[in-house]
Amino acid sequence: MYSEKVMDHFQNPRNVGEIENASGVGTVGNAKCGDIMRIYLDIDENKIIRDCKFKTFGCGAAVATSSMATELVKGKSIEEALKVTNKAVMEALDGLPPVKVHCSLLAEEAIHAALWDYAEKHGIKIDGLEKPKSDIHEGEEEEEEEY
Amino acid sequence: MKKMIYLDNAATTKTSPEVVEAMLPYFSEVYGNPSSIYELASSAKNAVDGARGEIAGVLNCEPENIYFTAGGTEADNWALKAAFEAYGTKGNHIITTKIEHHAILHTCEYLEKRGARITYLDVDENGLVDIKELEAAITEDTILISIMFANNEIGTIQPVAQIGQIAREHGILFHTDAVQAFGQVPIDVKAMNIDMLSSSAHKIKGPKGIGFLYIRKGVKIRSFIHGGAQERKRRAGTENVPGIVGYGRAARLAADTMEERRRKETQMRDYLIHRILKEVPYTRLNGHPERRLPNNVNISFRFVEGESLLIMLDMEGICASSGSACTSGSLDPSHVLLAIGLPHEIAHGSLRLTLSDETTKEELDFVIEQIKKIVERLRSMSPLYEDFIKRQV
Repeated sequence: MYSEKVMDHFQNPRNVGEIENASGVGTVGNAKCGDIMRIYLDIDENKIIRDCKFKTFGCGAAVATSSMATELVKGKSIEEALKVTNKAVMEALDGLPPVKVHCSLLAEEAIHAALWDYAEKHGIKIDGLEKPKSDIHEGEEEEEEEY
Repeated sequence: MKKMIYLDNAATTKTSPEVVEAMLPYFSEVYGNPSSIYELASSAKNAVDGARGEIAGVLNCEPENIYFTAGGTEADNWALKAAFEAYGTKGNHIITTKIEHHAILHTCEYLEKRGARITYLDVDENGLVDIKELEAAITEDTILISIMFANNEIGTIQPVAQIGQIAREHGILFHTDAVQAFGQVPIDVKAMNIDMLSSSAHKIKGPKGIGFLYIRKGVKIRSFIHGGAQERKRRAGTENVPGIVGYGRAARLAADTMEERRRKETQMRDYLIHRILKEVPYTRLNGHPERRLPNNVNISFRFVEGESLLIMLDMEGICASSGSACTSGSLDPSHVLLAIGLPHEIAHGSLRLTLSDETTKEELDFVIEQIKKIVERLRSMSPLYEDFIKRQV
């Protein structure tokens, strides 16, 4: 059900761990839905993401999207990191099954939440960055009519 | 292919070679339609009758009480929908539980849209129905009680004889979904006052696509599949002769080996449970510690998500299942695990291992080592675990 890239990033996740005294930390998702992602950013004085780590509680796709998201933002400027959308994460992983698309949204959201934390800590404003929702699943639970 | 360890026997079982052998002649040799007149047909009919007799013997009923269906789901649908229709003049109330299989729950939801009133009984932390709550739920309108014999996820076995007695005393039909129980634990439909019982062959080393509904004589439910006069005019369609023959053989084998399998599997099950609970921290057993299917192990690992665990076990050749949302196609974890009171995040971290009589201790030792390794790895990646450890310091 998963692409080879997803399986690779699940089996050998890149950048797992924590960053002590991180410039910004973002945690999104909730345990109720079975996915929590936490992303740590180390941002230097030139606003370049020097390092990025993650921890994720979730399914194979959740782990793989977190891993890929950290790869995509590492070494990038804040502006570039903001352009890493869930689509970009999905494409880099050669796609996700439809029921797992929300995992890639979660990864995008986690990066934004970490950047928001960084901006707040440093008293700066990042253009184009909105305050992240606390729970990205809000309003998503529409049930399909059966029969 | 690397060595595979199959611990998902509640999902389905390997069809036993003896069953396959019994079925084979009924594909290309004795292929006659049992409804036809010539000898080739009567041989097929005799085989169907023989299988019916075997199954009736296992349940302690008459062969004519067994109606073959395309599986357990069809049997469940038939029992509920037809009872609702047939007893509509008496009432519209059905009592069931929150931990039924979806074949029952979704059928109940369907009936609710058509005027049925359904009571979904709670279960306790071990998955058992409270008999007093059942009695309190009964009203004058109650036409059917449908409570599963044993749960497919957590293995808890209900007090079926007690439920049957209460139903009989109140003159209410009692149906039980025995898909997980038939052939695994002793069932006597007469002694247990069971009016209808659903079962499926592929759970007991029989073929897929064949099941039956036991209907006690005198229960007036009608046909669900209309057409020819097969199954005493109650279930139309040319009989799945190879499937029925396979089911008959599987039922006989299951009954003959039941005691021995039960002893062996219970021992293996308890070995697996005790070692995991002892050697992996922050775990809990789901389901009743004693009143459970001999082959069912269901354990929650805190701070770990079930699908990740399953994929990593699969990479080691271990087949298992989980009640996590990611394996159900929705955002919610298993309704059974929620009904026994587990918080969502712990329900997401459940693992079900269902053994067979072929499972060896060596296999279990390997599985335990893999689980320890994988759970530790997933926890090291889990923000929930990180927060938990930081709170402990």
